[in-house]
Amino acid sequence: MKKYIAFFRLRFSMGLQYRTAAFAGIITQFAWGSMEILMFRAFYQTAPNSFPMTFQSTCAYVWMQQAFLALFMAWMMENEIFDTIVSGNIAYELCRPIHIYDMWFARSLATRGAKAVLRCFPILLVAAFLPAPYGLMPPADPIAFGLFLLTLVTGLGVTVAFCMLIYMASFFAISPSGIRIVATSIVEFLSGATIPLPFFPDRLREVLELLPFASMQNVPLRIYSGDLTGAPMQRAIMIQFFWLFALIAMGKLLDAAAMKKITVQGG
Amino acid sequence: MKLYGKYFAMHLKSLMEYKTSFFLTCIGQFLVSFNVFLGMYFMLRRFSTVQGFTYNEVLLCFGITLMEFSLAESVARGFDTFDSMIRQGEFDRVLVRPRNEILQVLGSRIEFSRIGRILQAVVMFVYGFSVSKVHWTFGKILAVVLMLIGGTVIFTGIFLVYAALCFFTIEGLEFINIFTDGAREYGKYPVSIYGKRMLQLCTFVIPYALIQYYPLLYLLDRGKPYYPLLPLAACLFFLPCFLLWKLGVKHYTSAGS
Repeated sequence: MKKYIAFFRLRFSMGLQYRTAAFAGIITQFAWGSMEILMFRAFYQTAPNSFPMTFQSTCAYVWMQQAFLALFMAWMMENEIFDTIVSGNIAYELCRPIHIYDMWFARSLATRGAKAVLRCFPILLVAAFLPAPYGLMPPADPIAFGLFLLTLVTGLGVTVAFCMLIYMASFFAISPSGIRIVATSIVEFLSGATIPLPFFPDRLREVLELLPFASMQNVPLRIYSGDLTGAPMQRAIMIQFFWLFALIAMGKLLDAAAMKKITVQGG
Repeated sequence: MKLYGKYFAMHLKSLMEYKTSFFLTCIGQFLVSFNVFLGMYFMLRRFSTVQGFTYNEVLLCFGITLMEFSLAESVARGFDTFDSMIRQGEFDRVLVRPRNEILQVLGSRIEFSRIGRILQAVVMFVYGFSVSKVHWTFGKILAVVLMLIGGTVIFTGIFLVYAALCFFTIEGLEFINIFTDGAREYGKYPVSIYGKRMLQLCTFVIPYALIQYYPLLYLLDRGKPYYPLLPLAACLFFLPCFLLWKLGVKHYTSAGS
């Protein structure tokens, strides 16, 4: 366990070095967030009664989404991992006395975590000072906030566990970019990154909430915005934990299969 | 132009060596912009209109914007990797050849996987047209053609600005994405829904509204008769972009080894 924590710390502090990139990212995300809110405002003004969340919680959802974008965006995968698989440098990694799966898991957590830490505070700070309905409201109560943090971490775990499946799948394909782009665009839509899940038709939403994708950003963001409370919230958290363990188990299985079959080409 | 054709054929051949991956990437590209469509579809299913625009009208707007963007992208996405071209000093090689430098940069990378997105654009374009209840007249068809031309020019201009800024920063600037991908993403709705300020910004600073909102109003019989000519005015936007590029080329000092 200790070595994976060391990996985590190494990658985390590496990630913190990219401050200029983070600054550019903050501006971009701020602009996207504003456009998103302007768009929701247009719909809200047209028909406030058909709005499934309150306008303020939608704004909170959008800002939180932008602030923690790096935690949940499935397309932010590590090119280096794909490169090691494609180029065969994986051989070096295999020589080390570590599990590939665990190491990459720790590494992905660290990269995403570092990116989010660098980016979230300025966005949260500015969003908190925006005028009333457009800004980020303070959390409803301390318990909800605690649950938000908890589900934020599990959501991150589910996202990384899902990405691990894609890394593992690329052991079986020569060029991983195809699998990657198809998988990520499906995740993006079904996880509520395009539009929040409450905006989907009800029937469809009920199905989607059972899938692993809804356990990523959907749960923590909706808990924060006060849209998910009570019994449905407890259920959502249970589903989150279920998927976290299920995806890791699947990833480990794939990992074992890949390690058996792996052939490194080239000398 | 002949040179561009050669670049085109060369890239196509090299790509066909990896067929499966190519098709998957195409499907992926298709899905990415399909997400945008689905998002819009679900929103309008719930609300039925947005600021006075119905689903069919928004769809027409989306189809045209996506088409404009895809046309520009298929020409000008070569600028996307321009920062690495500068960093690795490949641009030196471009400069010593007796050909237009823009053409060479564009030819250095042509992405056929964008076909997925172009396909998507064509589908949306056709679908948007078939469900729109527009009375087609000669003037309106002309308006659409001008919209496509103007849109391609503007988006190409922004790609050019992105590349030109690389001369000064050596690094690609992520925030330019707001003006390309962001415009594609949010251009699915007519610009006016984002509020009056946004409309002004998109009329006078970066003239998105001139290629999208105003001619669209004309198509829907709500606009003034001179609206279809506005995309031509939008083409003026290309001029400062081009000047910036020229300035960049002059400013350029090799970074490669």
